[in-house]
Amino acid sequence: MSRTSKRDAPRNVILVGATSGIARPLGRRLVARGWNLVVTGRDATRLAPLADDLRVRGSGTVATLVFDPSDGAAVAGLFGAAAALLGAPPDGIIICHGTLPDESGALLDVGQTRDAIDAGFTSAAMVLAAAARALEDRPGAFLAAISSVAGDRGRQSNYTYGAAKAGLTAYLSGLRNRLHPRGVAVLTVKPGIVRTPMTEGLAAAGSPLATDADTVARDIERAILRRQDVLYTPWFWWPVMTVIGAIPEAIFKRLKL
Amino acid sequence: MSPAPQTLSGWGRFPVGDSVVATPADRAGMARVVEGDHGAGLIARGLGRAYGDSAFVAGGTVVETARIDRFRGFDPQSGLLDVEAGVSFAEIIAVFLPRGWFLPTTPGTKYVTVGGAIAADVHGKNHHRHGSIGMFVERIDVMVADGTVVRCSRGENADLFHATLGGMGLTGMIMAACFRLVRVETSRVTVDYHRTADLEETLTVFESGDAGSEHSVAWIDCMASGRAMGRSVVMQGRNTPLGELSPEARRDPFGLPRKRVKSVPFTPPVGLLNSLSVRVFNEVFYAAHGNRRKVVDLDTFFYPLDSIRHWNRLYGPRGFIQYQAFFPRKSSLDGLRELLSTIVASGAASFLAVLKSCGPADGSMLSFLEPGHTLALDIPYRRGVIEALCGRLDRILLEHGGRLYLAKDALMDGTTFRAMYPRLDEFLAVKRRYDPDGLFASSQSRRLGITAA
Repeated sequence: MSRTSKRDAPRNVILVGATSGIARPLGRRLVARGWNLVVTGRDATRLAPLADDLRVRGSGTVATLVFDPSDGAAVAGLFGAAAALLGAPPDGIIICHGTLPDESGALLDVGQTRDAIDAGFTSAAMVLAAAARALEDRPGAFLAAISSVAGDRGRQSNYTYGAAKAGLTAYLSGLRNRLHPRGVAVLTVKPGIVRTPMTEGLAAAGSPLATDADTVARDIERAILRRQDVLYTPWFWWPVMTVIGAIPEAIFKRLKL
Repeated sequence: MSPAPQTLSGWGRFPVGDSVVATPADRAGMARVVEGDHGAGLIARGLGRAYGDSAFVAGGTVVETARIDRFRGFDPQSGLLDVEAGVSFAEIIAVFLPRGWFLPTTPGTKYVTVGGAIAADVHGKNHHRHGSIGMFVERIDVMVADGTVVRCSRGENADLFHATLGGMGLTGMIMAACFRLVRVETSRVTVDYHRTADLEETLTVFESGDAGSEHSVAWIDCMASGRAMGRSVVMQGRNTPLGELSPEARRDPFGLPRKRVKSVPFTPPVGLLNSLSVRVFNEVFYAAHGNRRKVVDLDTFFYPLDSIRHWNRLYGPRGFIQYQAFFPRKSSLDGLRELLSTIVASGAASFLAVLKSCGPADGSMLSFLEPGHTLALDIPYRRGVIEALCGRLDRILLEHGGRLYLAKDALMDGTTFRAMYPRLDEFLAVKRRYDPDGLFASSQSRRLGITAA
């Protein structure tokens, strides 16, 4: 009649984009472990009820921070602000913010292209740069960011989003290479199709391959604890993307995927 | 929001209807849904555990509360929990049992939402002592037809409070509620089993043992006829105090065994629960439970069927109905006897029929239970046969001053309903006040004439 305890040494973690569909169940899982969280988002009115929920569920500290990851000054001050809120320096960060650009038009216009790349890559890279600086001397720390299987190969239906995520994947890979000797883990999360408010109304969300956000959150939690490098979630996206990646370009360019 | 309608049903998988489904994530999203145009009506849906047609509306819109699922606050002094409507009982147990708190009362599944539990004013195995969930609810926030959220309690907007509690979602969208959790020392229940020979003995065991038992329920053999009619296994339990646990178990007093959840992976082409299989099960169950005492975990005691996911598929593609009847104390014995003999004579198989004694009513306008007894049983759907049988059972209920539970009902007609629920007019007056155009409606409310058909 025993259940293995879910508690372990509490950690101080920044959850960027905490109101996103994947971050919501992930935050719930982390506070259930007794971890302390700084939850960030752009909209204070959405952060407050989210933080209340996490406080009831957990025993640790949950602080809110209104934060725009595209604002360079705010990014530079993120770790200082989080340390002040928690009363201790953070030893982990999970980057979940993101938007899915509408690429239904044949080509995005110039401004939309820049916005999509900035939202999917630039802001995440800025936060990771700040995080690497803050955490590189803290062996045992971790960085995690949500990239996408869409970054593994560009497809006609969402290559701008895919290109931004490909950039993020490459950035994380290089960062892992740099931080590994210092004992800091870097996790690249590559979800497939996840049913969240971001994908609501899209045909893909009704696909049999679509997963609910809690399954993805469970996989991310486990990957963080195992200090894993790359996570495909659910697992079957790894073989799927391996096959898609192996298709010669001469054939791939003719496919409608 | 996808405008394509989905085919929905209740847990009994009969009847079905097509509704457009919306899943807003917050109050603003909910308000946008409420302000839209909804054809046959708009009704909230939690985890879809009501058996009949109360949580969908054919030709209208269903609002799922799946994303309205945040805890808002908890006071460890009073046990008062403030939650949004889509939070499930399972979630509450997962968060609070390890801290020594449990639900004040719970139905036979933990996969219900707080909103659904309040709308159906659910009851559990402790009704004889404490009444239904409404007895523990302090406050409800309801989004009414004009999109505003009205806070109601026994002291504030009491009309809306007593209409919303047990009101099947027809006064508006339950957005959040405050109710009391209760302290437990362990995650176990100490259960005394009594095997009884007939209905009269079952009621006698309730009469003599219930006062001292926190929880009490009887599994009743609905296939037994003649002198054995109403033979039962009565289970009377109390929350196990810490001091009664073995030293080994005391190290993890709130632990629950990790159970392998079995699943019925698909719907068999014909129902597997027929009179033969149920008769065999009943014989074995009755024989296996002698008079003894046992300590079991909360999941085993309160939620035995939750360990078989999709068990409702066992009744086959046509589904089943659950018939839950209430008889006031003075007519219980006669009413139950007549009901049981009618069921036995019909040959309708019932797997897991449950009988329990009931305590105080909670003052809600469509309140189901008051002092007396309630019997719940499953009946596989057979076209024509089941309508006739339920019609006969409804008449027996009416003759004995009983009523049928709205969270289970799928077949009753409006005249019968009106006769069973004497405070209906009072309820309708409140509904008109907060929902003058009759926006909130379900297939059930249209069938019963609570809203325009």
